[in-house]
Amino acid sequence: MEVAQETLTAPAAKEAVELSGSQALLDALIIEGVDTIFGYPGGAIMPIYDALYDYKEKLNHILVRHEQGGIHAGQGYARTSGKVGVVFATSGPGATNLVTGLADAQIDSTPLVCITGQVFAHLLGTDAFQETDVINITTPVTKWNYQVTDANEIPEVIAKAFYIAKSGRPGPVLIDITKNAQIQKFDYKGYTKCDHIRSYRPKPIVRPQYIKEAAELINSAKKPFIIWGQGVILGSAEQEFKTFVEKSGIPAAWTILGAGAIPTDHPQNVGMLGMHGNYGPNVLTNECDVLIAIGMRFDDRVTGRLDKYAKQAKVIHLDIDPAEIDKNVKSTVPVWGDCKETLPLLTALVEQKEHTDWLKLFNEYTQKEYDAVIHEELNPSTAEMTMGEVIKQLNQLTKGDAVIVTDVGQHQMVACRYANLNKSRSNVTSGGLGTMGFALPAAIGAKFGAQQRDVIAIIGDGGFQMTLQELGTIMQTGVEVKIIILNNRFLGMVRQWQELFNERRYSFVDIQSPDFVAVAAAYGIKGKMIDDRKDLQAALKEMMEHKGSFLLEVMVTKENNVFPMVPQGCSVSEIRLK
Amino acid sequence: MSNQETDKQEFNITVYTENQIGLLNRIAIIFTRRKINIDSLNTSPSEIESIHRFNIVITESEDVVRKLCRQIEKQVEVLKVYYHTNEDVIWQEMALYKVSTDVIAEKVSVERLLRENGARVVTLRKDYTVFETTGHREETDNLISILQPYGLIEFVRSARVAIIKDSEGFNSKLRDFERLEPGEDVIENEYLNKGEKVFSM
Repeated sequence: MEVAQETLTAPAAKEAVELSGSQALLDALIIEGVDTIFGYPGGAIMPIYDALYDYKEKLNHILVRHEQGGIHAGQGYARTSGKVGVVFATSGPGATNLVTGLADAQIDSTPLVCITGQVFAHLLGTDAFQETDVINITTPVTKWNYQVTDANEIPEVIAKAFYIAKSGRPGPVLIDITKNAQIQKFDYKGYTKCDHIRSYRPKPIVRPQYIKEAAELINSAKKPFIIWGQGVILGSAEQEFKTFVEKSGIPAAWTILGAGAIPTDHPQNVGMLGMHGNYGPNVLTNECDVLIAIGMRFDDRVTGRLDKYAKQAKVIHLDIDPAEIDKNVKSTVPVWGDCKETLPLLTALVEQKEHTDWLKLFNEYTQKEYDAVIHEELNPSTAEMTMGEVIKQLNQLTKGDAVIVTDVGQHQMVACRYANLNKSRSNVTSGGLGTMGFALPAAIGAKFGAQQRDVIAIIGDGGFQMTLQELGTIMQTGVEVKIIILNNRFLGMVRQWQELFNERRYSFVDIQSPDFVAVAAAYGIKGKMIDDRKDLQAALKEMMEHKGSFLLEVMVTKENNVFPMVPQGCSVSEIRLK
Repeated sequence: MSNQETDKQEFNITVYTENQIGLLNRIAIIFTRRKINIDSLNTSPSEIESIHRFNIVITESEDVVRKLCRQIEKQVEVLKVYYHTNEDVIWQEMALYKVSTDVIAEKVSVERLLRENGARVVTLRKDYTVFETTGHREETDNLISILQPYGLIEFVRSARVAIIKDSEGFNSKLRDFERLEPGEDVIENEYLNKGEKVFSM
């Protein structure tokens, strides 16, 4: 076995070697540069796990506690490393447990390759034990999926899977492999990476005339405004983006997934867009004359009411996915293409400018927001702690260098609003799907993807209880994740809506929690609970300095709201400060 | 909303795809998740080996159809999508009608029936006869109403097939999709310095 392993991991062996489907799969993963797999074994994927036993030195397999945890970890890994996350699960319940993560990865464009085991090919369609029609279940939530029933297909299919997952607009791919194909021996003739599929065009052709038109619009604009999304990060175009922003002198705001592409404290970074974004960028969206959208998809949480969104502005939309152009907001000039390629072309044609007065207007709004909301959130006058002040104290310790992983809810909005991010790939959150239970497993994956960086998971008391079994994964792997639970004893965001829009009818949002510190202790993880402001700084410091994982529970004020807020069905300029 | 309703008309969507299991489902989902009904769906091999052609008919506004087409084209195994109004295509549906031979022979002037409806006989047996017509919906419907009183036993109609009037077909487009493999570099004058060794007669 040892000898065989050496030969089979040599790329593109010319001589045919007899391998099992499982061995060919693992060989393919190694050639694709995979180092970490998140997974959970079961009957229908046992041949792959059996083969994995011989690959332990080369492929680090992380045994999670639930397949949902596995796929969120894969997402966290992909988001911090920029590589493809790889997930294993068995058939039936194993595969269906991946669905939430697939949907999350699909909407947030996260590159994943998920391998699921399937019953023997001759049992397909017979309602066999642990059989589900995984291909049909996952079709709407994958970029591509494929069922392998013969081992001979494996090398080519895996090559296609990686190519599709990471190229163009990235996304999740699922490969379902029947048990017979995993066991079957076949003549393996080596592995060739895929770089072309006839029917697949990952990057649209860049059209120079549109770049020229866009530059002319920008150069003649009095109040141009840049809004950017994750496309900048996915395209590794942070530097190209920064150059464009700085040369054009245009104020720039970000969507939640775009956070960190340029540092929080960059003078032209005017804040976050959307429902709980900053006041200035939301209001001024309806005042700019040219709106330059880069790698973002005009989600309804960003635009509010579409019929009242930036109607006065000419819109330039840069996107790699042609289906995004004109999907929600009609563009005046569409710039199809990878922004790493299109931005430098645009920058070259854009005049060097400083929009001082216009930028000042954003700063005035920031001041207004600071006086009305931010000051009190970060320096509360009440005895109880706020979520914002925890993030403020944390910023002082991390200096903006940590990876911040957030779950979904009020804490997410607060963390994304107030966390300082100096580096790209520092913000891992469930943006499009809004998956509670995302943060703990995603933080585990994020740490494996960025082992030199501090990874801090910020989670609400509700979301934490959705996937807290992954504390077991931390225990077993010894991965170092700092967990901050911001506990307001409510499902806070739902409660906020009920307060504002449902006359305080607090229907089933009052959530009881266990002693989180004791739960962590049961998993051998050090923890601490604080409910007094005077302990906050020391507790955060203790957490950061502790070698290993640490759970810090902070009791925060119960009925605090995240403001500003664009109420659903309102225009972005109707954003409420209170 | 009412404006959108009035903007609706029949659109013919033409999709060129790889021949791949499950792709029909992937394409159908794009319609069903938006709660759009497919009026007619035809899929068959195209004139190009291994490439299939879908004809899909829906009643929607052009804006919606354009967005749908972009979503369809986004699928990995889809090569190209076009959409056209009925004016822009030549389209046909085929219908088969099965009736009792005795009844038809006795009560109908078959010759007139065939001539007036542009029909032809596909099969003539002692017990039943199968007619075929091809045309637009009204044309194929017409023969149903004529045959119904004489005991139409069975009727079936195909989905719509449509040819785009203003199109050069897909053959030329396909060349864009096939990667142009670079040929081997031509080495110029490779043999010149070998002089007579090579060129001696």
